[in-house]
Amino acid sequence: MSILLDKNTRVVIQGMTGKEGSFHAREAIKFGTKIVAGMTPGKGGQEFDGIPIFNRIIDAVENEGANASGIFCPAAFAADAILEAAEAGIKLIACMTEGVPVLEMVKIKRALRGTDCRLIGPNCPGITTPGVGKIGFMPNFIHKEGNVGVISRSGTLTYEVIFQLSALGIGQSTSIGIGGDPIVGTTFTDALELFENDPATDLVILIGEIGGTAEEEASRFINEKMTKKVVSFIAGQTAPPGKRMGHAGAIISGGKGTAAEKVTTLKEAGVIVESNPANIGVAAKKVLQEQGLL
Amino acid sequence: MKEYGIPVPRGSVTKRSSQAGQITYDLGSEKVVVKAQIHAGGRGKGGGIKLASSPEEAEKAAQAIIGMQLVTHQTGPKGKEVKKILIEEAKDIKQELYLGIVIDRSGKSEQPVFMASAAGGMDIEEVAANTPEKIIKVGANPVVSYSNFQGRKIAFGLGLDKPLIGELSDILKNLYRLFIEKDASLVEINPLVITEDNRFLALDAKITFDDDALYRHPRIKGLRDPDEEDPLEVIAKEAEVNYIKLDGNVGCMVNGAGLAMTTMDLIKMAGGEPANFLDVGGTASPERIEKAFRILTSDKNVKAILVNIFGGIVRCDRVALGIIEAASNMDLKLPMVVRLQGTNAEEARKIMAESTVNFEVAEGLYEAAEKVAQMVN
Repeated sequence: MSILLDKNTRVVIQGMTGKEGSFHAREAIKFGTKIVAGMTPGKGGQEFDGIPIFNRIIDAVENEGANASGIFCPAAFAADAILEAAEAGIKLIACMTEGVPVLEMVKIKRALRGTDCRLIGPNCPGITTPGVGKIGFMPNFIHKEGNVGVISRSGTLTYEVIFQLSALGIGQSTSIGIGGDPIVGTTFTDALELFENDPATDLVILIGEIGGTAEEEASRFINEKMTKKVVSFIAGQTAPPGKRMGHAGAIISGGKGTAAEKVTTLKEAGVIVESNPANIGVAAKKVLQEQGLL
Repeated sequence: MKEYGIPVPRGSVTKRSSQAGQITYDLGSEKVVVKAQIHAGGRGKGGGIKLASSPEEAEKAAQAIIGMQLVTHQTGPKGKEVKKILIEEAKDIKQELYLGIVIDRSGKSEQPVFMASAAGGMDIEEVAANTPEKIIKVGANPVVSYSNFQGRKIAFGLGLDKPLIGELSDILKNLYRLFIEKDASLVEINPLVITEDNRFLALDAKITFDDDALYRHPRIKGLRDPDEEDPLEVIAKEAEVNYIKLDGNVGCMVNGAGLAMTTMDLIKMAGGEPANFLDVGGTASPERIEKAFRILTSDKNVKAILVNIFGGIVRCDRVALGIIEAASNMDLKLPMVVRLQGTNAEEARKIMAESTVNFEVAEGLYEAAEKVAQMVN
């Protein structure tokens, strides 16, 4: 078991004929992912490594049974791509595109509210379930099957953590990069709830960073609802206020959203917050050993 | 704001204090205000705003302000040099209000929110921290957009007189339209004043635009003022390298923003001070590495460099060759620690060790930070 991805997941890649899309589609196939279709408007009827390309998502749904989508198209088209996938009945959308205007995301979140469509991202590395597949661009070699769930707002830092875990012999149930933007489809709280309800996950690692209140909201959820242990790291202790640290969402504004604030709130909720990022894997191992889960 | 029908005082901007008298004369106003034009709030307290009642006084005020190093709570201790001033008509003020729209990122909201307070003219962050009950918040559902009830909620909440309620509603409606149409992430009028003759006037305002939406607002993009930015950050932006200058002496180059922030934290933890944030991009190509090195080393405070690359899709051996090539091209003399982890990391470490360029190679994350901290301490 795992969250969101399983053996029945059939993926359509939006923007599959582009440079990024084609490279990462091939990587995903090597990882075992069922990529059943590609979508690029105007290139319908073509094939990519034997996979049919369609002009519209609805054609991929009707002809190939696509039920999940990965979006690699340019920022100006990403919001439209998300809405098209949702309208076609796709249940899981991962949008890797960086640079989607925040007001577009405001509208999209409102459009998806109350539907059973789950969006991950934008501006994220996607979702990976070792042994099943991936949507996105997390590197294949870092993963290992296991019982730890990983949730993160960043990319390479997430790989670093997953790599640490795998090197210590600790596998992952699923890893989700929720994205570095101010408004994202799946929040920390959403992902925590999925892992809490997943029998294959015993421990969750939450990688946060400065900006916004996602970690504070996660703390509330952990405090009130989580039975599983959570290990965390917060990036940006040394980040200056008022500056956007790469990710659109990583900014301390009006004195709010500092790392210190987030660390305190998480600790109060019973989360094990590791201050040294080199030791996140070790901290997770310790908890698993204490609970007899390793 | 004027374009959107929000009442603003009449006035002009100039870089020359000698023009202040003429501008004041042309305004024909009994009193004028001379305001420093920098990208920071709190200017009044720092001496960047002065009243004048004649063209001569205005010129004197302009002379005092232009060229000054203005320090406010938003500029940092070094302050900012004032290069431009705004001279505008001064009005007698009855009341000062705060009015703003921000995007509320919290999970339950995730929409623009109006904020208003009768405690205008003050530092709104302080008001929010000490007396949050003095701030009225009304969410703006993106589907509904603006509706008059939101304006009434705010106007009655502020305790305004009846004749002013309709006018405030118009201002709110226009401000919301500006916010949406210009892809703002913050619009703030502070203070919005009510004059003695019962009119609204926006005396000071701040707008933050969404960087990610600038592609569809060429005019706003054109408003960028390099004078208000760190010169190195301007160069970095042109080279499309994600760079932010800090005050330390350990330069760092990392792939990915989260890992870059983490690397800064590690440098500090190991006893060093990070000189910058630098995300060279996920792919870390040789060209980008060289550009990044050039930016890093233009900061003369930098005494040592830490390169931290996690090779996922990009192969570490390629990155290693890129680093060696860039360092040789530039004849880089600064001591450097290189940590490459991920795909082909071992080959990469071998390449680094065999190269004639003088690198310290590190394997662990913390080990790398410790090594570089030792170099500067």
